[in-house]
Amino acid sequence: MNRIDAAFHRLRKEGRKAFIPYLMAGDPRMDATVSFVRALERGGADLIELGVPFSDPLADGPVIQRASERSLWEGTTLRGVLACVRRIRQQSQIPLLLMTYYNPVAKYGEARFARDALAAGVDGVIIPDLPPEEAGGVRVAARREGLDLVFLLAPTSTEDRIRRVCRATQGFVYYVSLTGVTGMRRSLDPTLMEGIQRLRKATRIPIAVGFGISSPGQAERAARWADGVIVGSACVRLIEQSRGVRDAARRLQAFASRFRRALDRCRKRTR
Amino acid sequence: MKRRLPDRHGHFGPYGGKFVPETLMPALGELEREYLAARRDTAFRAELDHYLREYAGRPTPLYFARRLTEALGGAKIYLKREDLCHTGAHKINNCLGQGLLTLRMGKRRVIAETGAGQHGVATATVAAAFALECVIYMGTEDMERQALNVFRMRLLGAEVRPVEGGSRTLKDAINEAMRDWTTNVRTTHYILGSVLGAHPYPMIVRDFQAVIGREAREQILKIEGKLPDLLVACVGGGSNALGLFFSFLEDPEVRMVGVEAGGMGLRTGKHAARFAGGTVGVLHGTRSYLLQNRDGQICPTHSVSAGLDYPSVGPEHSFYHDEGRVTYTSVTDREALEAFEMLARLEGIIPALESAHAVAHACKLAPAMKKKQTLIINLSGRGDKDVEQVAKIRGER
Repeated sequence: MNRIDAAFHRLRKEGRKAFIPYLMAGDPRMDATVSFVRALERGGADLIELGVPFSDPLADGPVIQRASERSLWEGTTLRGVLACVRRIRQQSQIPLLLMTYYNPVAKYGEARFARDALAAGVDGVIIPDLPPEEAGGVRVAARREGLDLVFLLAPTSTEDRIRRVCRATQGFVYYVSLTGVTGMRRSLDPTLMEGIQRLRKATRIPIAVGFGISSPGQAERAARWADGVIVGSACVRLIEQSRGVRDAARRLQAFASRFRRALDRCRKRTR
Repeated sequence: MKRRLPDRHGHFGPYGGKFVPETLMPALGELEREYLAARRDTAFRAELDHYLREYAGRPTPLYFARRLTEALGGAKIYLKREDLCHTGAHKINNCLGQGLLTLRMGKRRVIAETGAGQHGVATATVAAAFALECVIYMGTEDMERQALNVFRMRLLGAEVRPVEGGSRTLKDAINEAMRDWTTNVRTTHYILGSVLGAHPYPMIVRDFQAVIGREAREQILKIEGKLPDLLVACVGGGSNALGLFFSFLEDPEVRMVGVEAGGMGLRTGKHAARFAGGTVGVLHGTRSYLLQNRDGQICPTHSVSAGLDYPSVGPEHSFYHDEGRVTYTSVTDREALEAFEMLARLEGIIPALESAHAVAHACKLAPAMKKKQTLIINLSGRGDKDVEQVAKIRGER
């Protein structure tokens, strides 16, 4: 059992929900990313998503676009992110997923990427512009290495696609909570509950919800139906607004504990 | 043997495909089903023909450029006058087709990206004619060099949204249009302007532009009694080129050349020559040749012409490039500017800077050809939009 499966297994047994924050690796610097991961873990994160910057992030809203630009400006590469994961692994065993667009992976080489990612200590990969139809090469490579390839579903997904994606995904299925790109929203999409229930009928794999969830209150509500909540832009924005790396790390830990408490309230209520 | 490309997964050999977020996958499927049904529907085809004829002004002439031919002293040069289409470029062919598809799908809002502004103007025009709400995304750098077209789009009732991200050109306008489409996919159709993007777009745009080559073939056979020896067209995304080439692909005696933007020269790195300077990768939903660095990040491009200033190229072109069916080359900004002026002086036709790239390369090839040979240049657009920019470059303002 890999770290992702182990985490969801443990959470399920405890009746708890996963808190999965997202960070852009290398924003504002690569050594900061290591301390941010540690801060989030201390605050109560269960899994962490590390973004790999891309010049054309077309599934992302303005907050993550800016983080991507800052990180590229710092010279971040996929190879550099893997080195960062190795450093994190010296201090932490928290499950780590890379979120990357497809082109950097294609350029790196799919087989080599899967091998190097696993060796560095990555547990799973999310590639938002790679649907199962085009994922053949990456899937073969990831399976061979034992790296989870997480696929996404959206409110627009048809029943047919839900079945197909749930068969393909590993570790969990990433449900995009709204019809749109990443970013903070005032309220949850009204179709969220219905959307997650559609997935439940098709699969027993854990369901994590992301896109548009930025406050502990929203996370708590989403977690009534989902097994985990992914928070990206709010986390990245907090870093953007901090005064320096130490201030950001301190605020990230407090941020994570607020989400942790909210998600644990949800456990008490659903029991 | 008739080609059947793309295959049913949208691949042209190793190129093409559907590399988009899940949110868009169902919409691409719907678009493909709707398009394939429309293509078989005689009423749809008749309606499109009607608009192409009565609204866009087709067929466009195939004009024998006598003075240009004499000046170069080689092959007979014909110009396929897409610049005479309504809105001043071939872009209207595709926009009318996709506009009718939009109505067929029951959607009321269209969005589009634009580089030179020609596709934006054509989309805004069709949106006005078909009473559709219209938003055009355009990089701020392009808005500056194509100010006239920005005004035209607004005059036509479209909202032009400036794109500040990245290089502030066509690539970034496509990113932003795709984000809009991801958000509003249930009510909105994205009228992609070139043979780019995820399947079925490269196929749909090619089919709607193929009218150029169908006409040209009929016209040249009527005038010359034989097929042309050479076709030349500029290639940004590559829709005008594919539109002309498509009807001649099965004729091995017809040579074809696609001309990319050589910018300030390939050695300077400031260009948009994907085949000479690029490698295979995935951008905007499709696998094709791409200007990227060794980490898979997309490189900035440069061209004097906004419409060719794009880091990737239509996947079907990549396929013909590898097959050797079409030859790809590039000309520099300077050569394109010379051709721009030469065509104006010799033929009284001011070409778009994009099309001037094709003219420039044809001028290199024609003198080495025999006088009885014929050559067709796709004059994909007119140059009114570029006059101010050219004046600026020549320092006459």
